[in-house]
Amino acid sequence: MNRYILFFLVLLAPNLINAQDDLLEILEKETSGDQEINYTFATFKATRVINGQSVETTAGGVLSFIIGHRFGKINDGFQQLFGLDQSTIRFGLEYGITDNLNIGFGRSSFQKTFDGYLKYKFLKQSTGAKNMPITVALFSSTAINGLESDDTRKEFFSSRMSYTHQLLIARKFSNNFSFQLTPTFVHRNLVATTQDENDVYALGAGARYKLNNRVSINAEYFYQLPGENADKTKNSISLGFDIETGGHVFQLHVTNSKGMVERYFVTETSGDITEGDIFFGFNINRVFTIVKKDQAKN
Amino acid sequence: MKKIFVICSLLCSVALTSLAQDRYFTRTGHISFYSEAALENIEAHNHQTTCILDITKGELAFSVNMKGFEFEKALMQEHFNENYVESDKYPKSTFKGKIVNFENIDLDRNGNHKVEVEGDLFIHGVTKQIKAEGSLEVNGGKIIASSNFPVTVKDYKIKIPKTVIDNIAKIVDVTVKLELEPYNR
Repeated sequence: MNRYILFFLVLLAPNLINAQDDLLEILEKETSGDQEINYTFATFKATRVINGQSVETTAGGVLSFIIGHRFGKINDGFQQLFGLDQSTIRFGLEYGITDNLNIGFGRSSFQKTFDGYLKYKFLKQSTGAKNMPITVALFSSTAINGLESDDTRKEFFSSRMSYTHQLLIARKFSNNFSFQLTPTFVHRNLVATTQDENDVYALGAGARYKLNNRVSINAEYFYQLPGENADKTKNSISLGFDIETGGHVFQLHVTNSKGMVERYFVTETSGDITEGDIFFGFNINRVFTIVKKDQAKN
Repeated sequence: MKKIFVICSLLCSVALTSLAQDRYFTRTGHISFYSEAALENIEAHNHQTTCILDITKGELAFSVNMKGFEFEKALMQEHFNENYVESDKYPKSTFKGKIVNFENIDLDRNGNHKVEVEGDLFIHGVTKQIKAEGSLEVNGGKIIASSNFPVTVKDYKIKIPKTVIDNIAKIVDVTVKLELEPYNR
C-alpha cells in the first residue's frame, strides 16, 4: 500500500515544485540559456584617442564633422599669450558607409596638407555566444602636402605624398578603462636628406579612464622603433580630456606634436616636453545622422 | 485496488499538469518608449521582452534586456546604454506584479478585459511600486496584453544633465504590447 502512495507522490511532485516557482525566476531560467552576442560599445568616446585614431568608427549613415586646433607652444610665454596667438587647424569629415567601414577626408593648415583615409573594423569585442577579447580595426591613409614648390629641385607630385597604415587593437577592460595598441607604419615618398628613412615604424599606445559618464581622461604615446628618424625627432606624447555633451564630443589636450596627420605627429614631432614645448589643442566632434536606422516599430 | 490507485493517481497528475499550463508566456514581447522634449522626440523599440502571466493567480512578470532597445540614431542608443541606464551594470529591467481587479474578470472567456496592474518596477538598480491600466485580450488560447504608463526618469536615479534638458523628457511614455501563448515547460 505504501508503495502506491509513494508512486502517487512521485507523480505529483513535479506539479508541486512547479506551482512554487516565482514568475521572475521562471523568466530568468527561460532566458539563461539564450545565446546572444553581447558586443562591447563605446570603447572610446570619439574616433580619435587624442591625435591618433581609436578603434571607434562613425556609425553607418552618420556624418561626423571634426574640427581640430593646435595652438602655439606654451613656453612662448605671455608675449604670444602662451601660444594662443598662433594656431593650426584641421577640418575633417568622416562618414560611416556601414557601422564598421568609415571614409574620411581632412585639410590641415599645417603644411597645407590634405588627407584621406579608410578605417575598417573587422573584429569586435564581445561576450555571450561569441567571446572575443579585443576589437581590431585597420586604418589606412594618404596625405598630400600642399605647400608651394620651392624651386630648388625638380618637382614631382608623388614627392608630396605619404602613407600611413595602422592596426588598431583595443580592449575595454571595464566600464571605465580602455586600452589600445597601435602598430604603425608610415611611408614618406620624399624625405629631407638621403640619411632619412622613407619608412618609419612605430608602436602607439592609447588609454582612457572614465571619470564619470561624460568625462574621461585620455593619454597617448607613439614610440618610434630605433633608427635615424627616431634619433632626430621626438616621440609624440599627449594627455587630455574627453567631454561629451549630447551630439558633441569635446577633446581638450596638451601634446608635443603640432600636426594632426599621422605623418606629422608620429614621425615629425619636434617638441621637447622637458623644455616646455607643449601645444594646447582641442578636437570638436559633431555628428549628423544622414540615413536614419530602420526601427521595427510594431 | 491496484489498478484503481494507479488510474486515480494518473488522473490527479494530469489534472494538476493542466493547471500548471494556465500560464502564458512570450519571449518576443514589444516594449517601446517615447520621450517628447522641446528640441527632439526620441523613440526606442525593444522586441526582446519576456513575460509570463499566471491566469489562475492573476500574477505577471516581465524582463527586458536593456541593450535590446533600438533607436533611430546610433548615438542615442550608445548614450542610452552608456550614460543613462548603464546597461553594463544593470542589463535587465523587470516588473513583477498582480492584477488588482482579478476577482472581477474571467480570463477563460474570449474577449477584451480591462485590467489594473500593480507591482514593482525595477530599472537602473531602483525598485519602485507602480500602478498601470491595461487590457488583456483573450482570443482562442492566446492572450494579447497591452498597457501604457508613464515613467519618471528621476525616480530611477537616471540623471539628465542640464545641457540636454531640452532633448530628453522628464517623464517618458512606455507602451507594452505582448502576444502570450500557453506556457509548456
